[in-house]
Amino acid sequence: MSIFIDGNTKLIVQGITGRDGSFHARQMIEYGTHVVAGVTPGKGGQKFDGSVPIFNTVEQAAKSTGANTAVIYVPPMFAADAMMEAADAGIPFIVCITEGVPVLDMTKVYPFVKEKGARLLGPNCPGLISPGKSKVGIIPGRICTPGPIGLVSRSGTLTYEVVFQMTRAAMGQTTCVGIGGDPINGTNFIDCLTAFEADPDTEAVVMIGEIGGTDEQEAAAFVKEKMSKPVVGFIAGQTAPPGRRMGHAGAIISGSAGTASEKMEAFEAAGIGVAKRPIDVVQLLKAR
Amino acid sequence: MNIHEYQAKEIFRAAGIPIPPGEVATTPEEAERIARKFGGTVVVKAQVHAGGRGKAGGVKLAKTPEEARKVAEQILALTIKGLPVKKVLVTPAAEIATEAYAGVIVDRASKRAVFMVSPAGGIDIEEVAAKTPDKILRHSVDPRYGLQAYEAMQLGFFLYSDVKQARAAAKIMQQLYSAFVASGGSLAEINPLVTTPDGEVVALDAKMVIDDNELDRLTALAALRDESAEDPSEVDARKANLTFIKLEGNVGCVVNGAGLAMATMDLVKYYGGEPANFLDIGGSSNPEKVVAALRIITADPSVKAILFNIFGGITRTDDVANGIVTAIKANPLKVPLVIRLTGTNEEIAVKILQENGLSAMTDMDEAVKKAVSLATGKVAA
Repeated sequence: MSIFIDGNTKLIVQGITGRDGSFHARQMIEYGTHVVAGVTPGKGGQKFDGSVPIFNTVEQAAKSTGANTAVIYVPPMFAADAMMEAADAGIPFIVCITEGVPVLDMTKVYPFVKEKGARLLGPNCPGLISPGKSKVGIIPGRICTPGPIGLVSRSGTLTYEVVFQMTRAAMGQTTCVGIGGDPINGTNFIDCLTAFEADPDTEAVVMIGEIGGTDEQEAAAFVKEKMSKPVVGFIAGQTAPPGRRMGHAGAIISGSAGTASEKMEAFEAAGIGVAKRPIDVVQLLKAR
Repeated sequence: MNIHEYQAKEIFRAAGIPIPPGEVATTPEEAERIARKFGGTVVVKAQVHAGGRGKAGGVKLAKTPEEARKVAEQILALTIKGLPVKKVLVTPAAEIATEAYAGVIVDRASKRAVFMVSPAGGIDIEEVAAKTPDKILRHSVDPRYGLQAYEAMQLGFFLYSDVKQARAAAKIMQQLYSAFVASGGSLAEINPLVTTPDGEVVALDAKMVIDDNELDRLTALAALRDESAEDPSEVDARKANLTFIKLEGNVGCVVNGAGLAMATMDLVKYYGGEPANFLDIGGSSNPEKVVAALRIITADPSVKAILFNIFGGITRTDDVANGIVTAIKANPLKVPLVIRLTGTNEEIAVKILQENGLSAMTDMDEAVKKAVSLATGKVAA
């Protein structure tokens, strides 16, 4: 098993003819993901790489193919609309890779998607991968390997680093999920922890957080109260100065809230093994 | 993006919020001229992207135009939190009966715009929140409907018992919300919102932070950016599409991805060094970005060693290698360089580096240790 995506995932790629969309559509197909349709307004009726049908709207794509997942690679100013279009077309799982979506747009998208009963991952996230089954997004497939560890992270390349070190140590993964670094995102740590707890194949979970906000603290409380599986964690940004946004729109320490030490303390108080370095995640998993 | 008080006041004024007049001066003489025009006592306020201006001596009263010139001269000579003051706002001094606070921010917990108002204004709202949390009213706004009149009145009555003042404040709240949404704000703040002795409700200060992600569609607002008020190296980085933040240490860091960049800085510290910067070259990097990154980092004289930490996913490590080679050929480095790269096109990257007399490491911890020992002259713990 795995969470959110597996061998039954049937994927629509929104923005499939764009620079990023086309590149990653090919990568996903190569990995074995069932890419059943693409959407680019005005290119309906054409085929992507001679095989994937392109539609003008998500609604047409969904009706014709029975897709159950959509991934979005459209420019930031169009991303909010793309997320709402997918939700309105009845797609139950929507992954938005696009970086730079205005946060006020997300205040509208979030309740809209909820009302339609869909799950949104992102925006500004690397997507997710269930090794050996399916990948949706941009996580490099070759650094992952199937196994019993679930991973959830707010970061992109830091996730790759940790996954790579786990794979080198022969610790495979059920699913690796990047929830994204924006202040408002569709899926949070607790959503992923809940899914990993319910997934019979996941034996332990790695949680990678960073400075800013209180999601990690809330996740820690959830782990303490609701989780039976062991969790290990890492927090990036111990050296980040307050008041400065560290790349991710969400990675800012404001006032006294959101520091790395505060989050690490919350992890420790919840019985989560805290890695001082990314490599220590592997040691902590071995010791569990 | 931060904007100045005078710019935020222009936005608020355009939305209808009552704000006393004011003009910007860049020289003491100009400040004197403006003060003479207004007549009476004026306030001279530093225009700088830093909080705590008053405590730093950046806000002063002047009873005469001559005094306005004198205090403007003092303020224009100040550096507040590392940022030199280049402009002052000159505005007539208002008589104040009461001071309140009104602000709206995007709140990540409720995933909505949230108002915060407090009758205890004029001081840092975080201080009020810590000491007297019951003096703050929070109210989240449904983005589909905006701030309704009755909601605005709830905020107004929390600040004032007098119905006229409550109504005036309510109107200001709705105007503030409109300005916030129309300007793509992540924060809009009036502190203090005052009442005058004759009962008027007036905004004496204005602060606004605009979501950088809005600037592509709000081009008029993008023009408000005052590069002279920012750190020059950060301006240079933004133009090269890099995210750069200068820090106090001596290990220069070039990393792809914000999370990995922070983790790399943390690891530098873990092994006994101090990072000189945060620098994220982003996802789809090209050689030009790497050249710009090296230019920015080498401009900092405190940097004693440079560390590249690249995990190739979308980022092609051969692009990074080409960038390093190009940059070094144009401007030979005066400090040692440690390169760690792994991932997409790693073999090609290593070959490019080797052909140019450089070597690459694959392990992050080993690379960080080496950079720290080169920067400090000590073997990393």
